[in-house]
Amino acid sequence: MEILSQLGDGFAIALTWQNLGLALLGCFLGTIMGALPGLGPSNGVAILIPLAFTMGLGATPALILLTSVYYGAMYGGRISSILLNIPGDEPAMMTCLDGHPMAKKGMAGEALSLSGIASFVGAFLATWGLIILAPQLVKIALLFGPAEYFALFALAFMTLGGVSSTNQAKSAFAAALGLGLAMIGVDTQTGVPRFTFGEVHLYDGLDFLVAIVGLFALSEVFIFLEERHGSSDAAGHKLKIGRLTPPLKMIKESTPTMLRTSVLGFLAGVLPGAGASLGSFISYSMEKRLVDKDGTFGTGDPRGVAAPEAGNNAAAGGALVPMLALGVPGSGTTAVLLAVLLSLNITPGPLLFTNNPDVVWGLIAALFIANFMLLAMNIPMVGLFTRLLLIPPRILMPIVAMVSFVGIYGISGSSFDLLVMIGFGVMGWVLRKLDVPLVPIILGTLLGNSMENNLRRAITIDNGNWWTLIDSPLAIGLWMVAIFGFVLPIILAGRIKMPSLRRDEEGSLRD
Amino acid sequence: MSDRIFGIFGVLLSIGFALAALAIEESFLSDAVGPKAFPLIIAAILGLSSLVIALRPDAEPHWPALGRLVEIGAAVVVMILYAQLLPVAGFVIATALAASYLSWRLGSSVLASVLTGVGTSLGIYSVFHLVLGLSLARGPLGF
Repeated sequence: MEILSQLGDGFAIALTWQNLGLALLGCFLGTIMGALPGLGPSNGVAILIPLAFTMGLGATPALILLTSVYYGAMYGGRISSILLNIPGDEPAMMTCLDGHPMAKKGMAGEALSLSGIASFVGAFLATWGLIILAPQLVKIALLFGPAEYFALFALAFMTLGGVSSTNQAKSAFAAALGLGLAMIGVDTQTGVPRFTFGEVHLYDGLDFLVAIVGLFALSEVFIFLEERHGSSDAAGHKLKIGRLTPPLKMIKESTPTMLRTSVLGFLAGVLPGAGASLGSFISYSMEKRLVDKDGTFGTGDPRGVAAPEAGNNAAAGGALVPMLALGVPGSGTTAVLLAVLLSLNITPGPLLFTNNPDVVWGLIAALFIANFMLLAMNIPMVGLFTRLLLIPPRILMPIVAMVSFVGIYGISGSSFDLLVMIGFGVMGWVLRKLDVPLVPIILGTLLGNSMENNLRRAITIDNGNWWTLIDSPLAIGLWMVAIFGFVLPIILAGRIKMPSLRRDEEGSLRD
Repeated sequence: MSDRIFGIFGVLLSIGFALAALAIEESFLSDAVGPKAFPLIIAAILGLSSLVIALRPDAEPHWPALGRLVEIGAAVVVMILYAQLLPVAGFVIATALAASYLSWRLGSSVLASVLTGVGTSLGIYSVFHLVLGLSLARGPLGF
């Protein structure tokens, strides 16, 4: 019952005109970003961070805006998957498989509305999951000392690579690169400058917002320039939608699928490093194995549309659990959200729930509200968003680039940061070409300093004894899971393959 | 081949990182671990993973033709110029120029790209500066 009263307080916070307005704006922008190929949840949230700062928003309103964008992008991704057979963002990849065949059969409207409902079910159940699971995780996290936290960070990096990349060496490289970048600046414990090479601008370290916007948003612009891919994918397609209400029979048929995949997607989201793409992938695969008796999956089966959509939205909610309760994000977009919190001087983790319950419960209440807004936007108003698909990248990409520049300049007011951002943009482009995942880099720059601090604190407490890192059963358990999570994919490699649809371009940005 | 070069570059990077870490001046007041230890661990992971990448390369990525690389290089130069020009020329002019260039290179006609550039610039200026009050770079003309 305590939970319900806290949730009630949360609604009291979320139900102000400002917060409702921000949720509405976030849902709208998020759906657009999800729908447009080239903009996904992580770079969409990244370019909006400066907006949140500019508006002088406090922690709760800023989070409401950005998580609404996050949820919205998960809804929006399906639109171009269904209509154009091009995923609007990475997690919507699996929706192409049955969504587009349905559209070809003239059932685009049914596919869109059914997937909207599935998205709603997934996100709604996942938000309840968040309410129930996060406080339990907080109880465990309160047992953590510095050594356990160090092990937990290691676990996050190792499973992140393990689940999301095809090449473990490359994800290890990315994590080490990110951690190395975090080391730049004055050492917090002894005050000596590190890796600054005498450059004064580097003394307070690299701003991770600069790194995020460069890696996620600017590198996308370079990808489009490289392919000179300036025309809209929708050009020449007939964007006919048809009726927007799925027959009751179709909903009834898909309900068990939605419920099953919501649970599965939520669990996938909670796992560190898995995120929404994996959520939709395993949801689809499981349903195919479970209910596809007549071999209709892949030919426009409504259940094949419902499964990945419920799965990816549930995973998006699930990924918020470790981010809020432990301070360790489980996916690219939650890493970006963590960056926002850190910039607002709020450290997620168990203490967040006791020190800033207003932030946590206000956010959760806002997620419920945003979810209903998104349902309303994504079924009756879906026609509006389909028209936005006609915006060609030759107009969209300059806007993305310029908004990135404005945002970073607006925060720091220095040209030096812009140059650093361009540097990160080029680096992001090269690394994406080489199939090096970008999310571990961001995670490294975000968590590097607290990882080092926990390491040093643990060893200092134990008078310089390094064995203290594997002294408690909890720490040993975390290390075992970490090693298991890193090694297992190497053994399984080749047996289970993610589908190779557009992997080359978007693989490094998966969420 | 790309992965081999990348791996060798990573090994060199890790050596450089380790050397820079060893060169950190330790203060006389230090904790039991000191400022060098964690960077050295990172350098080791960086080096090992690079070595694996170099020895077991993935399939060759699809690199663009030389012309496309020049295209990206030119865009980078334009962006660097933009960053430098911003405090000098002011936000509206610099942004209109840079956005027009990008739009042109993405395949707009000259007229359309100028319109895109000016529209982007004025749009961002009005939303971020006039509505939200963000202070943007001010040029000699006051905008």
